[in-house]
Amino acid sequence: MKQKNKGALRERRREFFINNSLYLFLIAAIVAIVIYDPRFLSVPSLVNILSLSAANLPLALGIAGAIILSGTDLSAGRAVGLIACVSASLLQTSGYPNKMFPALQTLPLWAVILLALAMGGLIGLINGFCVAKFRLHPFIVTLATQLIIFGLLLMYLMIGSNNGQSISGLDASYTEFITGSVLRIGSTAIPNYVFYSVGITLLMWFVWNKTTFGKNMFAVGSNPEAARVSGVNVTGVTVGVFTLAGILYGVTGFIEAARIGSNSAATGLNYELDAIAACVIGGVSFVGGIGKIRGVILGVVLLRIIFVGLTFLSIDSNLQYVIKGLIILVACAIDMRKYLVRK
Amino acid sequence: MDDGVLLQMSRISKSFPGVRALDGASLTLKRGSVHALMGENGAGKSTLMKCLFGIYAMDEGEITLNGAPVSFKSSKEALEQGVAMVHQELNQALKRSVADNLWLGRYPTRWGVVNERKMQKDTKALFDDLGISTDPKAIMETLSVSKRQMVEIAKAVSYGAKVIVFDEPTSSLTEEEAEQLFRIIRRLRDDGCGIVYISHKMEEILRICDTVTVMRDGKTVATEDAKHLTTDAIIRLMVGRELTQRFPPKENTPAETVLTVRGLTGKHSILRDVSFDLRKGEILGVAGLDGSGRTEVLEALFGLSEKSAKALILEGRSIENKTPRQAIANGFALVTEERRATGIFGIRSITENTVISNLRNYLRGFWLSQGAMKRDTEQIISSLRVKTPSAATPIRALSGGNQQKVIFGRWLLTKPKILLLDEPTRGIDVGAKYEIYQIITDLAKQGRSVIMVSGEMPELLGICDRIMVLSGGRVAGFAERDATQEQIMTLAAKYV
Repeated sequence: MKQKNKGALRERRREFFINNSLYLFLIAAIVAIVIYDPRFLSVPSLVNILSLSAANLPLALGIAGAIILSGTDLSAGRAVGLIACVSASLLQTSGYPNKMFPALQTLPLWAVILLALAMGGLIGLINGFCVAKFRLHPFIVTLATQLIIFGLLLMYLMIGSNNGQSISGLDASYTEFITGSVLRIGSTAIPNYVFYSVGITLLMWFVWNKTTFGKNMFAVGSNPEAARVSGVNVTGVTVGVFTLAGILYGVTGFIEAARIGSNSAATGLNYELDAIAACVIGGVSFVGGIGKIRGVILGVVLLRIIFVGLTFLSIDSNLQYVIKGLIILVACAIDMRKYLVRK
Repeated sequence: MDDGVLLQMSRISKSFPGVRALDGASLTLKRGSVHALMGENGAGKSTLMKCLFGIYAMDEGEITLNGAPVSFKSSKEALEQGVAMVHQELNQALKRSVADNLWLGRYPTRWGVVNERKMQKDTKALFDDLGISTDPKAIMETLSVSKRQMVEIAKAVSYGAKVIVFDEPTSSLTEEEAEQLFRIIRRLRDDGCGIVYISHKMEEILRICDTVTVMRDGKTVATEDAKHLTTDAIIRLMVGRELTQRFPPKENTPAETVLTVRGLTGKHSILRDVSFDLRKGEILGVAGLDGSGRTEVLEALFGLSEKSAKALILEGRSIENKTPRQAIANGFALVTEERRATGIFGIRSITENTVISNLRNYLRGFWLSQGAMKRDTEQIISSLRVKTPSAATPIRALSGGNQQKVIFGRWLLTKPKILLLDEPTRGIDVGAKYEIYQIITDLAKQGRSVIMVSGEMPELLGICDRIMVLSGGRVAGFAERDATQEQIMTLAAKYV
């Protein structure tokens, strides 16, 4: 009997280690990095991780919705790129030599914010419409739309005398609004966009957990047929989820333009892949119908710590890709274990 | 003028290209009655119900509810007017909670926010009223099929449904759970609901239904008081001819022991120390309540689940069967319970479905011999009397009974010594069931050994040589052919 208990205990311990291996790995990694370079845990470094995470969070929350519908969204990165470039071009300082629209007065911020959200929303609407109405897999739809968006972006950058150059020289009102700071920790400023990101995350938590739309999203992701026969407007929910995702890309694009300051055709490249990885690491499962806001946050932050950590360890950037890939594989395998019925 | 008629479907006709699925079918459902709708697969039961719920548009006919003509566009619309259906295949969001499923499509909201507290309270009240003891917060996936079905019924009741259609509700329930279902059905009937009860199980129809309507070839051939009917009479009406016997004569004679199982214990399942012998040409039945480990015995033997055993001996040779590939190599074959989920490859042809477990035998160098595969498939189609336009037809186009024959054919080609059958006649109509029984008996006659799991005791008693009764994952005892259902039930409850 005692022998058996011991076996069960060992089994439980094994389970614990496997299921939490990601966190254990993370703790080990942080310890290793700190030993190598204690500055990793300094305030500026932590604020850096925090703000990089915050910049990606809205995008990840949007994609998470698509994954909960057991779909995906490959158009996110390019959508961010296009919206960032458009926002930037409309908010360049008047008198800047390379201004894309030299005759343009400085527009009010709110007008450009609305435009960014509308553009994102439109992209999402088109994605959602194709998925819901033509019953196409989101992978196919967004594979196509990201190409279209990239084409439009390249054409946009050729307008006037711009000739494909990156767009910089942003108006101070814009950069101040995004990267300015009202709060400092010691001598380190926390950029404003961190707070916008926090606000949006709270809003999304509310939408996911407290509204009919949110509950319907999970139901559709879990079993679209059940939702249909219960009278849920499945088409509406699908379009809604993608549109909401698009709006969040709009937010990300608007923030990103000012955050990086100089926007080109490469802006937003592969953002969706990092976001999808973050979602999966955070337990938003491709099975559909499963996911939590805190999971997405955790995933985004975890991934960011790993990226920053790898840089701190001055690991070759080529090797970093290999490590990232391995981490995603391991995270997904651990995630999948939870849904396999043990036989 | 209240004649007690709740729902009247009159002279309903519906044609599909090449098929007249419904031909002037009528159904009169009275308030406070349980009305059985019977018929073989393809007789038009589900088409009739699909016309009621607006899934199909009928070509002719009229439907009235409480005397007023209705024509629903969707099941949601029907539900809102008090006509509900409890589906055979439950449509539920399994990753979500019971309460979320129950109120899906109509969450109570206040200022756009879902009112969780009201949802929990309403669920509790509804469950108390119906005598259901499920936690509203439980995730659907973690519940047994019967509990999920109860949730589905509660959902229909919560819409204030007056007409509730049950489509094969007991096909996955244990006797005990079925009893609870019958209690709820009687309750609903006494409250003045009209129940349409679709089922293949004669015994329960005669127990709980007041009226029986039998369909055949798209027509409603008879509507009679259940009191005046017998199982044989219903079968006669359904088949349209005298079906003299439900089971083929026993022609197999068990010989020497071929398989010895000692101390079979599941690593992750409830199986504990299961031991039995199987003889050559024997049909061994496995009975027990749902969750007693019936299916798990087969899964363990076939290497689908992790297990340990003190001894597993096939024809004097110790075997392991750690994976299905090993099991197949050792001469085992498994016909699974969920035909659609784990049996057929729906969109692939009958040929591919037939040869899939036997491909090695068609290899000619690097290539598969199309001719040999075609020959074997044709032979299976004719010997098992599979009704199909051609061998190239996608298997999902066939009826359940014919799909099952193809799966039997698939395993026959591997020349198995031991056939493991899990609910081989589930969802198959009466005529085809007989043919399946015949196939099983013939296999035993040829000297193959069969282990057959079934929740339907009459069929176990009808064709098995011996019945092993499981209870709580253990062997509660063995029943001989002449045992009664009561004796088996007593054994099944031994370790509960």
